[in-house]
Amino acid sequence: MDQALIELGELISDSLDNEIISTDVVNDELTIVSRPDCIIKVLTYLRDDSQCQFRQLMDICGADYPSRTERFDVVYHLLSLKQNQRIRVKIHTDEETPVPSASGIFSTANWFERECWDLYGVMFSNHPDLRRILTDYGFQGFPLRKDFPLSGYVEVRYSDEHKRVVYEPVSLMQDLRTFDFMSPWEGAKYILPGDEKGTEDAVEGEG
Amino acid sequence: MAEVQLKNYNLNVGPQHPATHGVLRLITELDGEIVVRIDPHIGLLHRGTEKLIEHKTYLQAVPYFDRLDYVSPINQEHAFALAVEKLLDCEVPDRGKMIRILYSEMGRISSHLMNLTTHAMDVGAMTPILWGFEEREKLMVFRERASGARMHACYIRPGGVHQDLPPELLTDIWEWTETFPEVLEDIGTMLIGNRIFKQRCVDIGVITGDEAIDWGFTGPCLRGSDIAWDLRKSQPYDGYEKMDFDVPVGKHGDCYARFIVRFEEIKQSIRMIRQCLNEMPAGPVSSMDRKIVPPPRAEMKQSMEALIQHFKLYTEGYKVPEGEVYVAIEAPKGEFGVYLVSDGSNKPYRCKIRAPGFAHLQAMDFLTKGHMLADIPAILGSIDIVFGEVDR
Repeated sequence: MDQALIELGELISDSLDNEIISTDVVNDELTIVSRPDCIIKVLTYLRDDSQCQFRQLMDICGADYPSRTERFDVVYHLLSLKQNQRIRVKIHTDEETPVPSASGIFSTANWFERECWDLYGVMFSNHPDLRRILTDYGFQGFPLRKDFPLSGYVEVRYSDEHKRVVYEPVSLMQDLRTFDFMSPWEGAKYILPGDEKGTEDAVEGEG
Repeated sequence: MAEVQLKNYNLNVGPQHPATHGVLRLITELDGEIVVRIDPHIGLLHRGTEKLIEHKTYLQAVPYFDRLDYVSPINQEHAFALAVEKLLDCEVPDRGKMIRILYSEMGRISSHLMNLTTHAMDVGAMTPILWGFEEREKLMVFRERASGARMHACYIRPGGVHQDLPPELLTDIWEWTETFPEVLEDIGTMLIGNRIFKQRCVDIGVITGDEAIDWGFTGPCLRGSDIAWDLRKSQPYDGYEKMDFDVPVGKHGDCYARFIVRFEEIKQSIRMIRQCLNEMPAGPVSSMDRKIVPPPRAEMKQSMEALIQHFKLYTEGYKVPEGEVYVAIEAPKGEFGVYLVSDGSNKPYRCKIRAPGFAHLQAMDFLTKGHMLADIPAILGSIDIVFGEVDR
């Protein structure tokens, strides 16, 4: 299985030398990183080449890495029924740069890209219908970004006064409970309350 | 004669309508009674599962999977457990694997029973749902006896399953597999040859194999279009390679074919349940690695180390090595995939849930085009939509 994937990876990187940045096999899964502007060419090649035949697009999803300049990953998972193989194609992008839409080559890409736009705010160019899909009508913001709070910004309730559902800023009855159970001696990034003095002393002692 | 300008009629179906199987809003454009365009509005049941999982430890994330496709909760826990195990490189004992298959197949039967009978009700047959739900109820009792919960079991956990099964339960499941086929035959007799049912389903919502691949169809919907593809056969997981079963395939890709495929799959699932019961090995049900699976309660009363491990696992949880995996299982509705990214901490960095229903519902516009308004429920029933997983 592993060997076949490595060979497949080599084959793809040989044929698409200019378009692909890297290929590697980790956890028995082949991942290729493509240049964002060439994604359509890469996907078309993967779909049509006789040795690939990745004709089924299983999934498109985003992922957010705020520390990077190109903070978003767009991840495509493809499946080949003929070769019985899976492949993951990744591209990096940021908030402004649109990614070419794959809905022209895979019909199923349409909603997956809408979802990616809805949750991460990744733009897709040439998409026939880039509307929000999962969130509420008139929703603001991109909820799966790491800087979006878990509780969100607005909440709804039925207002007897207005005889309709009204939107209000979130008010939590109790504090949002984010427990941090990381062991303090295994790389916790914060200083435990009361420990500040101890560290200062330690630094002084060393000096 | 003066030319008459006819305007298409826009009809809003849902979001609260019994034939939409949950909260689906369909904006339909009709020419007379012919569907010209259909625009499903989903997300009315969106609960932000993926966001919530990012803020929970791996074990706390398991119950969220029950609440996706709430008709077959255990199958989805299975996908998540496999993904975590793949990152952890953790081996599940044979008995644990067999129990997982047993409960996955029972989940498949309960999901198919729900779908077949509600599909029948959508097109006018009232009786099958009553018969089917009686059997589903028995399956829920089996689930309750194993896990303590009728629906949201949280039974399959990373490392194995939560608890061992009581021995009487296995005999009771065996007895059920002896009586259930008769009920299934009765349901079949009422529907399969039924003239009204055929008129409502045959040649409705036809999709060819190539189109089904293009639209990302999986599971019974893909097999109904004459493509023999089953992850349990082609990419077996957790010991499915040892199971002896057939993959039913439909020829025409219409609603009727999808119905028959599901119907036959139930029979194959019974075969597998019987194999599991016959070949159930002895031994532990979950991994003995105490850094992943907490010790049994009895051990905690005796051993200080066990107590510490238990405390650590239920507060901090375990850390999963950095990496990313995509694991897919053959859920009752199709390929249920979990794309899990770990940054080496005790919480998933990203957990994307690939729900089969999402891709199937997307094809609604394609499937219904040119059909009558009354065919919408028939088609919607045949692609097996559950909103828990579509909206996440």
